[in-house]
Amino acid sequence: MSRTVELFDGTAWTPVCDQADLVPGRGVAVLTAGGEQVAVFLDRAGGLHALDNRDPFSGAYVISRGILGSRGDAPTVASPMYKQVFDLRDGRCLDEETAPDGTPAVLRVWPVRGTAAEAPRPAPRPAPAQPSQPAGA
Amino acid sequence: MTPMPRPQTSQPVKDLVVVGHGMVGQRFLEALAEQPGAAGWRVTVLAEEPRPAYDRVHLTSWFSGADERELSLTPPGFLAEHGIDLRLGDPAVAIDRAARTVTTASGRTVPYDALVLATGSYPFVPPVPGHDAAGCHVYRTIEDLEAIRADAERSRTGVVVGGGLLGLEAAGALGALGLETHVVEFAPRLMAIQVDEGGGRLLKRKIEDLGVHVHTGAGTQALLVGEDGRVRSMRLSDGRELPADLVVFSAGVRPRDQLARESGLPVGERGGIVVDERCRTADPDVYAVGECALAADGRVYGLVAPGYAMAETAARALAGGYRDEHAFTGADTSTKLKLLGVDVASFGDAHGAAEGALDVLYSDSRSGVYRKLVIGRSGQLLGGVLVGDTESYGLLRPLALAGRPLETAPEQLVLPAGLGPAGPVALPDDAVVCSCHNVSKGAIRAAVRDEGRHTVPEVKKCTKAGTGCGSCVKTLTTIVSEELAAGGVSVARGLCEHFEHTRAELYEIVRVTGITSFSALVDGHGRGEGCDVCKPAVASILAGLAGGHILDGEQAALQDTNDHFLANIQRNGSYSVVPRIPGGEITPAGLITIGEIARDFGLYTKITGGQRIDLFGARVDQLPQIWRRLVDAGFESGHAYGKSLRTVKSCVGETWCRYGVQDSVGLAIELELRYRGLRSPHKLKSAVSGCARECAEAQGKDFGVIATSSGWNLHIGGNGGTTPRHADLLAADLDRETLIRTIDRFLMFYIRTADRLERTSSWLERIEGGLDHVRAVVMDDSLGICAELDALMERHVGAYQDEWAAVLDDPALLRRFASFVNAPGTPDPAVTFVPERGQVRPARPGEDGRPLTPALVAGPRLEVRTA
Repeated sequence: MSRTVELFDGTAWTPVCDQADLVPGRGVAVLTAGGEQVAVFLDRAGGLHALDNRDPFSGAYVISRGILGSRGDAPTVASPMYKQVFDLRDGRCLDEETAPDGTPAVLRVWPVRGTAAEAPRPAPRPAPAQPSQPAGA
Repeated sequence: MTPMPRPQTSQPVKDLVVVGHGMVGQRFLEALAEQPGAAGWRVTVLAEEPRPAYDRVHLTSWFSGADERELSLTPPGFLAEHGIDLRLGDPAVAIDRAARTVTTASGRTVPYDALVLATGSYPFVPPVPGHDAAGCHVYRTIEDLEAIRADAERSRTGVVVGGGLLGLEAAGALGALGLETHVVEFAPRLMAIQVDEGGGRLLKRKIEDLGVHVHTGAGTQALLVGEDGRVRSMRLSDGRELPADLVVFSAGVRPRDQLARESGLPVGERGGIVVDERCRTADPDVYAVGECALAADGRVYGLVAPGYAMAETAARALAGGYRDEHAFTGADTSTKLKLLGVDVASFGDAHGAAEGALDVLYSDSRSGVYRKLVIGRSGQLLGGVLVGDTESYGLLRPLALAGRPLETAPEQLVLPAGLGPAGPVALPDDAVVCSCHNVSKGAIRAAVRDEGRHTVPEVKKCTKAGTGCGSCVKTLTTIVSEELAAGGVSVARGLCEHFEHTRAELYEIVRVTGITSFSALVDGHGRGEGCDVCKPAVASILAGLAGGHILDGEQAALQDTNDHFLANIQRNGSYSVVPRIPGGEITPAGLITIGEIARDFGLYTKITGGQRIDLFGARVDQLPQIWRRLVDAGFESGHAYGKSLRTVKSCVGETWCRYGVQDSVGLAIELELRYRGLRSPHKLKSAVSGCARECAEAQGKDFGVIATSSGWNLHIGGNGGTTPRHADLLAADLDRETLIRTIDRFLMFYIRTADRLERTSSWLERIEGGLDHVRAVVMDDSLGICAELDALMERHVGAYQDEWAAVLDDPALLRRFASFVNAPGTPDPAVTFVPERGQVRPARPGEDGRPLTPALVAGPRLEVRTA
């Protein structure tokens, strides 16, 4: 059954796309109602991750275009700009502690989950899914 | 406040009092604990601050969330284990040397048999009017930072007095706190102690680029205070007035020698407790270490590494482990740091003070790199200054300290290409690699060779090298690898932590096993999830061997962003598009079409170095629309994004040129179309010149062809870029068919055997047998693989499809070209542009840029804002 990807934007779980829109190992950019940009990723095992889309090293909104991978036990994404690697679990940069502007090189982590959509898939907007569904279910 | 029980000892116990628990005080306690004779001392520490020693070097990280625990330098349990009685918040206020007691602020009297003064220094505040008004700060302790942060909340503008190392740190902190920040430096340049004039100029520019206002050659005349008693503005010596809600003084430090002075100990003319080579004062029972001391070489050191060295000397002297070699007679004041994101380093005799010293200088203000080496009379490296790129610091500093004549021409060491990963510089064994802990190259080698430490973390733990400021870790890593290799221990040559194989080995695995996916390869022959190093490399191998569109199925997840979007990412996240213009030949209609597309999408256009037209400023969601227009007009992808064939440049050839002897344009077009889309370890460039005048610069290419009156000469292994190399002549006077067959085989042989990102030039120099071997393989089939190489190239040529057109024909792929998955029609608001020279460029931070849309800038004329 297909899944709907939902992002918690601070107030509510909002459907952002169908899981089929995501290529395993890659991301997409999401625009929240509040105008923030979030990078949402699907890993090879089907797990979802969501981080700020802004790369603190270049200032460009490109994290969603990075390559997923791992460093040791940490699942990672590499910024496509200057290749700094971030931990998908806590958003920390594993290569440098601070960005060029002196701020900590940490991406905000957004709650994200995949919920089973009612079959057949509703269109164009998926119906609200059960909020109790745990992430990665 | 009862001392913890001490280890059993038979020696008579004597009292040791340490005044000050800063970085050096703590280092002293650790060094003492390491001495066998430490058990003879009962240690009491009198500290002024309310918390144990913490890392002042990284104080600024407190602003970005580091807490006291992270900054702490006192290992948990350390004090208890060694029975040290630390009395926080109770500073010493008087010493009675006759009675051998110290009195504290709370009125206690502590007797001593030996006394160590580690009182550090205090920030110098120039006595200008208003210096003590509310809003004025120094930058020394966590309490100072707390006060600055509290004041910053009600401030808009901050001024830092002093453009030294700490001043720039403070400026960075004020900037991060959201203040408009000024730095006022009395000297004519920033970091006057470490950096020379040229380096200072570049540093100033780089820091101004970050939004900090820098005023050099300016003194502080007065602070003007408002009615509320808070600082309001600052008047400079040149009469200017800067608004200032908050002021941080960072105009240098002075030794805290008052206690010693008052107890009658000799101090230097400009301060500092006079000590000898054992760090002992004029009173044999009293020692002084760190920034409060005037060392035996007549200097007061304001850096932590010399302070640590003094702490070790004093600890040995007190515990009976002192020998002549432990004497403190001076220290290395080299520094390497990242200030506001700008790399700065200076080492040795950075200002060329030695008699007869000569400079070798490289300065590129365009890319923000400045390097100066100071060379002595007999060719030895004395010191240097590096700004913007301090990559080579780890290697140059120990070389300068060792004082040996250079084996490499110094020009080579400052030029961008001079220092490769390993570098051409050989360090002598006695060169001090880690100056924080005084570890020589020989000691590192011994740890690898004799003590069986085979990894960098093991060597760090065993020798302490690389555990101080960390600037030597890169050099340390190189030494460990070299030593391991010399000892016959295999060094990981693999692509990355996920594959132990080289690219060439992975190529063979894929070729022999017929694996067609990354998952199968990493699960069967690697580990983990891969990374941005191995994934694109495997993608390239699969593209060559397994075929298919590079964005098909799982392959899409492997591509670097450029390949993923079939365009080149630019600094603001927009992309550039380069249509293929084979051989640089283009019709007027083609030119007009490209011009119309650029105009309609408001793209910036530029002729590239490879005879093509680059169109900049496209958003992800605009790419398919742009390709549609280009493909409809007969253009195709130029693969400017891929590690693949880029261009085959040409001169005009015999058709028009009065000197040309062959049709260089025709051949260039044929070669470009034959090899277009060919995935390779590194991008490939080529050229064809119609005569020996070489107008197409074929000898600067991976493969270059030069016409002769009797055929074609083929050159291979050339490149431009940072380490230019002229190509070597592989074969002469070839007919067209033989020429193409030879290039086919050369390219396939290179693709099969080269390392990741290895250019043909370095491949040719690395491969055993060099040019002769390559010639034997591709012309005489010495390995018997030519039929296979030919077949691979035939398959490539036959299977070529334009990647742009393939995306346009595939609705599933097309859907990926949206700025936002949940708002496909919304352009990315973060991608904004401003006009420049009649076109557009990405907006810089703080500039009021506008999103680039066809509607905004469409039309034959672009409104250009002036002023």
